[in-house]
Amino acid sequence: MAETLIAPTAATNPANAAASLIEIENLSLYYGATKALKNISVKLEEKLVTAFIGPSGCGKSTLLRCLNRMNDLIDNVRIEGLMKIGGHDIYAADVDVIELRKRVGMVFQKSNPFPKSIYENVAYGLRLHGVKNKSDLDARIEQSLQQSALWDEVKDRLHSSALGLSGGQQQRLCIARAIAIKPEIILMDEPASALDPIATTRVEDLILDLKKEFTIVIVTHNMQQAARISDQTAFFYLGELIEFGATGKIFTNPAQKRTEDYVSGRFG
Amino acid sequence: MENHFETGIANLRQKLLVMASHTEKSVNDAVQSLTQRNHDLALRVKADDDVIDQCEVEIDDLAIQLLTKAPLATNLRLVTVAMKISQDLERIGDEATKIAKRARDLSQEPPVKIQLDLPRMASCALDMLKAALDAFVHHDAAAARAVIPRDKEVDALNKDIHAALVQHMVENPDAISRCLHWMVAAKSLERIADHATNIAEDVVYLCEAQDIRHTGFKNQGGVA
Amino acid sequence: MNTLTPSEYLPEKTSDTTRLTRHFRAEKFDFWSFFFSGLTGLATLFILGILATILLNIIVNGWSAISWHFVSTIPKKDFFDANTTGVLPMIVGTSFRVIVMTIFVIPVGVITAIYLTEYAANTSIITRIIRAAVNNLAGVPSIVFGLFGLGFFINFIGKNMDALLHNPTAVWGQPALIWASLTLAVMTLPVVIVATEESLKAIPPGLREASLALGATKLETILKIVLPQALPGIMTGGILAVSRAAGEVAPILFTGVAYYMASLPAHLSDQFMDLGYHIFVLSTQSPNIEQTRPILYATVLVLLMLTFALNIVAILIRARVRKKLRALG
Repeated sequence: MAETLIAPTAATNPANAAASLIEIENLSLYYGATKALKNISVKLEEKLVTAFIGPSGCGKSTLLRCLNRMNDLIDNVRIEGLMKIGGHDIYAADVDVIELRKRVGMVFQKSNPFPKSIYENVAYGLRLHGVKNKSDLDARIEQSLQQSALWDEVKDRLHSSALGLSGGQQQRLCIARAIAIKPEIILMDEPASALDPIATTRVEDLILDLKKEFTIVIVTHNMQQAARISDQTAFFYLGELIEFGATGKIFTNPAQKRTEDYVSGRFG
Repeated sequence: MENHFETGIANLRQKLLVMASHTEKSVNDAVQSLTQRNHDLALRVKADDDVIDQCEVEIDDLAIQLLTKAPLATNLRLVTVAMKISQDLERIGDEATKIAKRARDLSQEPPVKIQLDLPRMASCALDMLKAALDAFVHHDAAAARAVIPRDKEVDALNKDIHAALVQHMVENPDAISRCLHWMVAAKSLERIADHATNIAEDVVYLCEAQDIRHTGFKNQGGVA
Repeated sequence: MNTLTPSEYLPEKTSDTTRLTRHFRAEKFDFWSFFFSGLTGLATLFILGILATILLNIIVNGWSAISWHFVSTIPKKDFFDANTTGVLPMIVGTSFRVIVMTIFVIPVGVITAIYLTEYAANTSIITRIIRAAVNNLAGVPSIVFGLFGLGFFINFIGKNMDALLHNPTAVWGQPALIWASLTLAVMTLPVVIVATEESLKAIPPGLREASLALGATKLETILKIVLPQALPGIMTGGILAVSRAAGEVAPILFTGVAYYMASLPAHLSDQFMDLGYHIFVLSTQSPNIEQTRPILYATVLVLLMLTFALNIVAILIRARVRKKLRALG
C-alpha cells in the first residue's frame, strides 16, 4: 500500500532513484480564462521544510493545493504541465485521488477540527483507511497525539469535544489528525496565522520536530516564520515563481530585485 | 517538543564561549612568550589567531540567521551583544598576535636590563577579560560593572611602563628598538583591557537592557 | 516596580483632546430617531396584541369545555351534542397524518437538498429548473394540492395499485390516510428542502475540506461529517413542516378526511377524521350554533395544543441532538 506512489520509479527506473520527492515542471493553472500560475518549475526535496511566500494572490496557496489536488473541488480549474510526487504524475488519468490525499496530508489556515471528540477527530482518517481494530486505533491515536505534542494536554479528556480546546491546541489536533494516517508530505496553508504568539511558537517547534519524518510544504505570510522554520523558500509574485533557494540566502541576500524588495517590506 | 529557537540561541552562546576560551588562551600564551622569551609559543599564538578569526565569522553568520527569525527582548539583546563581543574578542586576538610578534623579535635579541611592571599589567588585563567573560556566562550584571573601573588601573600601569621605557631609552640609546617593542606590547595589553571593558558594558546591556557606555554612571546600580 | 500612570508614559494632553471631548456632548433632541423607535415598538405591540387576543379568546372559551371525557371519547354520529361528544378520532387522525407525512417528507426533502447543494453544479440549467420548481411549489394554494392529490395519488396511483393487486373493491383507489399524508408531504417539501439547504450551506467549508484532505470520498464526507452537523437544521425544517401541515384542511379535503367514522383509523388505506376539518364541520354544519359553540372552542384549543405538543417534542429532540453534537460526536 505505502509503496504505490513511491516504489515504481525507485525500483524500476534506477536513473530516477535520486530524483526529488516533488517535481513540478512548467506547471500552469487557469481559473477559467485567468492564468493564476505561470509556468512554475521547482523541485522539492524529501524531509525538508519548504516555505512558499509572496503577497496575497500570488498563487502560493493555489500551488500548495495542486499538490493534493484540492483544486479539483473548484469548477473551471485547468492545469497544464507536470506535477510529480515520487516520480509519479499526480494528474495522470490512473491516479486515485483518495490514495494521493492519504499520501499528501493537509493542515488549513483556520483550525477545523470536526465537531466530534478529540479521539474521534484522529480516528476519522484512520477509520477511512481501514483501521478498525480498537487497540490499533488507540495506539495510532496516542502516537500521533504524542507526535503533535498534544498527548499530555488531552490524554485525560480524549472523549470530550475537540471544540473545547484552545485555538493552538485545535491546530495541533488538526496536525495530529493529518499525521495519523502517515502521509509522506504535509501541506500547511498558513497554519499559525490565526494563533497567538505562544501558540504560534509551539506550532513552529512542532513543524521542526515533524521534519525528521515528513516532508513539509508551508504557505506563510509571515517571513520571520518562514525564516524560523524552513530550509528552502520559494518567493511567488503574480503567479510566477520569482526565486527559490536556501532560506538563509533568500532572507539575507536574495538574488532577485523583486525578492529583495518584498522581503525588505518595500511592497506587498 | 523541542524549542528550536532556544536551541539556536544556545548554539550561539556555545560558539561565543568557545571563541572566548580560544582568545583567553591566546592572550595568556602571548604574555608568557613575552615574559619567558619563548619563541615557539609566540609562533603558536599567530596560528591560533586564525581559529579566532574563523570563530568570529561563524558567530556573525549564525547571529544574522537568528536575526532573520525576529528574536525579541533578551534574545534580541543576546544576538546583537554576541556580534559585538565576538568583534571585541577578535580584536583581543589581534592584540595578542601583536604581543606575540614583539615577543618573537625580542626573543632573538638580548634582554633589556630594566625592571618593568609588565607581568602585573598583563595579569590585570587578563583578569578583566576573564571577569567580563564570566559575567557573560553567569548573566551577572554586578560582576560586569565591577570590571569597568579596573581599566583605569591598567591605564595607569601602562603610563608608568611608558615613562620607565622612555627613561631607559634616553639612558641606553642602543636599547631603543627593543624598548619600542616593549612599549608596543604594553600598549596592546592596554587595548586588551579596553576591549574587556567593552565586553563588560555589553554584558550589562544584555542583563539590564541599559546602555552604560559614555554615561559616567558606570558604577551606579541599574533601575530594575 | 511602581505602576505607571498614563501621564507618565504618554505625552501631555494637547488642546486637541479637549476639543474631542467637547464633540461627544449630547446632541439636541433627535425627532426622527424618536419617531421611528416609537413606530417599530408600536408595530410589535400591535402584533403581540392580536396574538394575545386570539389565544385568550380560545383558552377562556375552550378550557371549560375540555374534559378527559371530551378528548378520550369516540363520538356518536351526532357529534354536535356538547355532553356526549368527543374528539379522540380527530386527535388520532391528525397525529397520524402528520407523522406519516414526516416519514415521507424528511428523506425526500433531505436527499433533494443534498443533491442541490452538494452535487448539482450551481449554474446548470437542471439545477435552476429544480430550484424554480421548489420555489413555485411553495407558492401553490393548498386546495390545488388537494386536487393534485386526488388526481395523482388516488385516481392514478391508487387505482392502478388496485388493478395490479386485483382488489375486488377499491382499497387504494379511494381517499385514505396515506394519500392525505403524501399530499401534505408534497406541499411541505419546499419547507424541508429550503431548511436543509440552508443548514447544509451553513456548515463551514473547512470541515468538508478537512475530510476530503484526509482522503474521504464525497459520500463519506456527506454521511459522516456534513449530515450529522446539519441534523438540527433538518429538524427545524421538519418542525416547520409539521406546524404548517397540522392545521391544513384543504389538501386533505379530497384525499382522506372523513366527515364521520365510527372507529379509529387502523390502516394506511383507512379514511380518518381530522381536527381542522372537524372545526370546519362544527362551524358550518351545526343545527344549533349556541349549543355547538363550546365544543367548537374546545376543538380549536385541542388542535392548538396538539400542534404545540408536536412542536415541543420535535424541539426537545433537536435540543438533545444539538447538545450531543456540541459535547461529543
